[in-house]
Amino acid sequence: MSLIQYLVGKIVTYLLVLCIGITITFSLPRFMPGDPIDGYLAQIMTQAGQRMSPQAMEELRQSLSELYCLKGSLLSQYFGYMKRVFLTFDFGPSLSSFPRPVSEFIANALPWTLGLLGTSTLIAWTLGNLIGLLAGFFHNNRIATALEVIGVVIYPIPYYIIALVLILLFAYVWQIFPLSTTIRPGPLTFEKMKTIFHNSFLPGLTLVLAGFGWNILGMKALAYATKEEDFVTYARLKQVPPRTIMVSYVFRNGILPQVTALALSIGMIFNGALLTEILFSYPGLGLLMRTAVGAGDYNMLYGTITMSIVAVATAALVIDLLYPLFDPRIRYR
Amino acid sequence: MNLNLRLKIGLTILAIFTLGSVFLPYFTDVDPSAQGTYYRRLPMSREHLLGTNTLGQDIFWFLVFAVRNSLILGVGVSSCTVVISVIVGLSAGLIGGIYDRIVMVVTDSFIAIPSFPILIVLGTLVRGRTNFWLLGLILVVFGWAWTARTVRSMALSIREREFISTARFSGTSTLGIILKEVFPYVYAYIVVGFINSILFVINTEASLAVIGLSKVEIPTLGSIIFWALNYSAMFVGQYTWIVAPVVATVLLFLGLFLTSTGYNELFAARRGHS
Repeated sequence: MSLIQYLVGKIVTYLLVLCIGITITFSLPRFMPGDPIDGYLAQIMTQAGQRMSPQAMEELRQSLSELYCLKGSLLSQYFGYMKRVFLTFDFGPSLSSFPRPVSEFIANALPWTLGLLGTSTLIAWTLGNLIGLLAGFFHNNRIATALEVIGVVIYPIPYYIIALVLILLFAYVWQIFPLSTTIRPGPLTFEKMKTIFHNSFLPGLTLVLAGFGWNILGMKALAYATKEEDFVTYARLKQVPPRTIMVSYVFRNGILPQVTALALSIGMIFNGALLTEILFSYPGLGLLMRTAVGAGDYNMLYGTITMSIVAVATAALVIDLLYPLFDPRIRYR
Repeated sequence: MNLNLRLKIGLTILAIFTLGSVFLPYFTDVDPSAQGTYYRRLPMSREHLLGTNTLGQDIFWFLVFAVRNSLILGVGVSSCTVVISVIVGLSAGLIGGIYDRIVMVVTDSFIAIPSFPILIVLGTLVRGRTNFWLLGLILVVFGWAWTARTVRSMALSIREREFISTARFSGTSTLGIILKEVFPYVYAYIVVGFINSILFVINTEASLAVIGLSKVEIPTLGSIIFWALNYSAMFVGQYTWIVAPVVATVLLFLGLFLTSTGYNELFAARRGHS
């Protein structure tokens, strides 16, 4: 498999994943019993029934069915939806804070999610792999075993439990971090960066703790298996120093499946990040989704979901495209 | 860490949880989710092991039913996903070719697509009409992909082994080969996949419930935390309301995980000897 073949394959898969994901979101409201528009209109009627004329209602219904692409045949609806997602990135106006477009809200929220998720995943992955490498390479050592036990215990704990425990410990019992996020808008000063760090610490810690157990276990198993390979035994007999064996022999080989696994699990990590954001009121996509649900803002909901599918698929693609940097076998063949 | 130790601890925890949630409900005739059954905010006592909450419910019995419902949902949904993943994984691995490629792209998409946002939308669309089993059905749709992937890679690796050819040349039918030769090999992975799937299902339902997007009237490991958070259990000093479900969840998940990895390694060791 040449490099170009590898890249083309990954990009084709990326487009297919996007298409399947978008198709699922497209078909969701159509498989559901009842009409979301009717439900939404009924909700508006009870909230503002007095102030809306029947004509305005009809107009709203029209624009809503246009927004959900519920006009025309199913096929033309489908292509209309695809066009909006891939070409124009237009999800219509937010229904709860009317004329402002959904894309504006998403553009505000996305950097928060990506910043939190990116930083914490990087830390969790690096730290987890280092610990896993040590635990696997020195598997008879007591400290290494202790590290592995930590991985085993932390790994299965769900995100919301870790978030709750951290909130209980560090925002309630020992009040050194805020219960929920408050970041005022304004220019990016040193003071503001400090506030952001202070507010992001607990959500970030949640994601790191929830993510790194898995990396420890994965890398430990890989390092342990690689250590027993013939080429490592040969290197040892050749008197290559143990540290070189650990870094250039065991780590270089063990890291490859870990990169692939990271690309595959980025969707799971993203799920956890959304939940963590909601629990900490962190101003990212997750909180946007939760408020959209509370306000019955379907435009916002569909915008955020579509955006998260695109974001996750793209993140996985980026990791896949970086993979040849780690694996020379793909680069040089 | 000793392999059998993991399995032992895991199975012990699971046995306690299963027995407790199967038999304990026979010792009470009170609906745990009914509000105002007891006096509010009673401390821990022999009658109310974990006290009562702001809603006048007995926390201990609510927790027992929560564990039971979460386990039922997990086992029920996982039984369905396991059947789907085995069919998809085995067929993809054994048939191969174009069919395998198409199936794998679909499987990888289901792994890559973040399921949580989609579940949030579904929760909103069917709000008020949410049925516990509809939720289960949705979890089946998003739960089969990981196991299917493992089963398929196993099937791929055995397809070329000699004993498969031997069986085929001695006249065993394809179905016979799958049942008698392939299945015993894939079996361990199916068990591990089944347990992991229970973890996934309980976790996802609880995550949705914690933010109020599941059927929160039904006691589950998530909805108990939802109510505790909603009534600010920590601020009014009702620690048991929130600490007890957290401890129960951690123990249950640890038990499931230890059983799955312990069993996996036990099987790997056994396969190594024979």
